[in-house]
Amino acid sequence: MNLFNEKVTVTSEEADILGEKPEMLRCGGCKREMVADIVHAADSICPYCGALFRQPAYRRIETIVDSGSFIEIERDAESRDPLSFPGYKTKIESERSKSNLQEGVVVGKATIKGLRTAIAVMDSYFMMGSMGTVVGEKIVLITEFATLNRLPLIIFCASGGARMQEGVLSLLQMSRTTIALARHSEQRLLHINVLTHPTTGGVTASFAMQGDITLAEPGALIGFAGPRVIQQTVGDKLPEGFQTAEYLYERGLIDRIVERRDMRDTLAALLALHAGSAADDVRPKTSFKEWYDDVFKRNS
Amino acid sequence: MTMSSNETVNQTPDETREQAWIRVMNARKENRPQARDYIAKLFHGVFEVKGDRCMGDDEAIVTAIAWFENCPVTVIGQQKGHTLEERMRCNFGMPNPEGYRKSMRALRQAEKFHRPVICLVDTPGAFCGVEAENKGQGLIIAEHLRTMATLKTPVISIIIGEGGSGGALALSLADRLIMMENSYFSVISPEGAASILFKDSSMAQEAAKNLKLTATDLKSFGVVDNVIREPEGFSRFNMDDSVEDIRRVIRAALRRLTRIPPDRLVENRHQKFLNMRGL
Repeated sequence: MNLFNEKVTVTSEEADILGEKPEMLRCGGCKREMVADIVHAADSICPYCGALFRQPAYRRIETIVDSGSFIEIERDAESRDPLSFPGYKTKIESERSKSNLQEGVVVGKATIKGLRTAIAVMDSYFMMGSMGTVVGEKIVLITEFATLNRLPLIIFCASGGARMQEGVLSLLQMSRTTIALARHSEQRLLHINVLTHPTTGGVTASFAMQGDITLAEPGALIGFAGPRVIQQTVGDKLPEGFQTAEYLYERGLIDRIVERRDMRDTLAALLALHAGSAADDVRPKTSFKEWYDDVFKRNS
Repeated sequence: MTMSSNETVNQTPDETREQAWIRVMNARKENRPQARDYIAKLFHGVFEVKGDRCMGDDEAIVTAIAWFENCPVTVIGQQKGHTLEERMRCNFGMPNPEGYRKSMRALRQAEKFHRPVICLVDTPGAFCGVEAENKGQGLIIAEHLRTMATLKTPVISIIIGEGGSGGALALSLADRLIMMENSYFSVISPEGAASILFKDSSMAQEAAKNLKLTATDLKSFGVVDNVIREPEGFSRFNMDDSVEDIRRVIRAALRRLTRIPPDRLVENRHQKFLNMRGL
């Protein structure tokens, strides 16, 4: 796992190269502090202990889809402030400059091993991936796009839930995404969810749990209510490993836990299994049997 | 009387803002009419349907088949309870997964027999607990939403008290959404928003105002179709006037909705929500 040895700890030379103050991240597993850019360049996996960092949306897309195949739609959609909520505009602006994103989800189309798919990737570095009107609308749009073009849809979920600052309008996005996905499903099209850390609240209670196949990343926190809220309500100690992907897997709530390095292969295998139903004119160009066997050997 | 547009609400937006907290307090009043009170007044020949056929029966959600005038309907109501004993039995109106499962059972039956569905929404939120999570609270609310989204029969939802977050939204994906004057519908409780955003739960009044959670606010966003006025001293002992107003609104809505072919009805419901783009 030690991908690039000691380089991850910042020396003063590296700090110079990276600019005055490189953004630092602390590993949730081994508590070491590392330079964000370096961590993200290595799939956002801790080189010391193998724990997963939250992965930025564009980095994730790069590692999942065929190189150069991703075409983004609605890149510039920006949140307004429909309730004139105090401090919201400033918050959005600071999140934007911090994360280099316009909003908490990136959507578009791409191919994975030659198989066409629509894809939505939520980014928890933008306001904890919370779902407001724009996040909801982008999910609705990419779903409608997928329905219209008879494409499967892959959603990487990462969200703290519905965004408070847009009030009930955020809550309504649960209904809207549900409807868009129901229409997608009616056309017998595939919807795969990948639950990443953290997937909670209104996102869990809507599209994140409506896929045909639900995958999760190891250790991801997945739940309806957050653990702190539950502890406050219930008062007693929470069970070991409560609300982790592994905990949900044991209880039959998700299909498989997939390591980040295997995600692309797993998704491609699933797309291939459903390629016939997605669209008759879309077939993998070459025989996919070999890598398909390979993927299943590795995952079993 | 029913308020058909904003003008009939005799308040300026500023006054409404001042009143947001009062409305939240009213929505939580102990003697406020609850689902079972409305069911007794609005319907007759009530047959209560019990249990989710899997995990148990959740009293936080009441499901029944009943007559609305001369039309058989399915009723799904969230019940908080009036007395302490009833409140505990109803888990203070916070449904568990079995409640939503029972509700889904009622929805599917309604679809099978082409019965319109009337939902009475009143919950501080879906229950947050270890067991609820283990049984997939989020997943079941998601399934409930999906069921309502594709249900081929008319659905009318009335928020009668607290419309608390996802637990309330699960019953609100409807062809018509009606709110009582002193109910609220919010993404998070004002106390929750205050403690997260202002790091101070005593700022709840401020949060209530900012969250735009009152019937008047939501009517102006076009989220709510009708607002039912409540008379002075509105309580479960003084609810007849409002019940008549609700009856009139349901009657009018049913007359329209039952004439629409089921596929068209679902399509209209979809378009209603999908068209709430930018807002």
